[in-house]
Amino acid sequence: MLSIGLGHYLTLAAIIFTIGVVGIFLNRKNVIVILMSIELILLAVNINLVAFSIFINDLSGQIFTLFILTVAAAEAAIGLAIIVVYFRNSDTIRVEEIKNLKG
Amino acid sequence: MIAHSVFFYIFSLIAIVSAVMVTVSKNTVHSVFFLILDFISISCLFIMIGAEFLGMIMLIVYVGAVAVLFLFVVMMLNVAEQKGQWFSSRWDGGTHIPVGLLVSLIIFFELIIVIGGWKYKPDLLDSLSINISTEVTNTRSIGNVLYTDYIHLFQISGMILLVAMIGAIVLTYRERAGVKRQSYVKQISRERDEGVDLVEAERNKGVKIDA
Repeated sequence: MLSIGLGHYLTLAAIIFTIGVVGIFLNRKNVIVILMSIELILLAVNINLVAFSIFINDLSGQIFTLFILTVAAAEAAIGLAIIVVYFRNSDTIRVEEIKNLKG
Repeated sequence: MIAHSVFFYIFSLIAIVSAVMVTVSKNTVHSVFFLILDFISISCLFIMIGAEFLGMIMLIVYVGAVAVLFLFVVMMLNVAEQKGQWFSSRWDGGTHIPVGLLVSLIIFFELIIVIGGWKYKPDLLDSLSINISTEVTNTRSIGNVLYTDYIHLFQISGMILLVAMIGAIVLTYRERAGVKRQSYVKQISRERDEGVDLVEAERNKGVKIDA
């Protein structure tokens, strides 16, 4: 309990990952919150990589985390741009009313 | 050691609570603020276990750029009407909530089972490529490999950022009516004939210029 091992970090990452998945599943409000849930999931992955990297004493995990950060930033920028364009065209970003793709 | 574990529990508690608040908060602006809090506490954890460079990069990239981007978009779009409609569906009356919770619980328990049961491959510790040395700082050791062994990946991630930037600009660009713009092609290709007009002027009378 008092000595923090790898399992503690992995459990924390699992909890945050699950919260992100819950946010995607249950959200009927707007798409921005779904994008934030995706950021949470990527954060959980980063926690796993950094924890493994520290505990097995190998630097590769941290390098990979750096690349995941890059991709996450690009994804957030593109996603928000798409949301802005969609809002301009159809005046809503409620998840229920986005059905142009007939999904 | 005790201080380490106490701080681990504090930061992870803050991270989990703010992650929950990101998904359930009724106001989208509050969600963004809780996302910022989440990133800050996770980067504190990173700094605590010795990945200082990544912790600082998380602060700069996420709190400084991505979260501000989210805030801008939330305030630009009209999401105020959606306050107080927490998870409710207008059509099916919320039957997706138990299904979604069930699937998420299954995912969570699968992850926990994996954490409880895994172990290292026997030859893993021999096959490690880049050992973390204790003599140089974390930032320096990352820099040592990032610009040498991983230089191609580094360049490709720069290209990804460039493409993302161009894509965001192209997506949100629109022509507005009534904006006067400078057209270089028009300026350069202007001939003498269309710019200068020779007029026969009679004596003691002015020249009538019709625009």
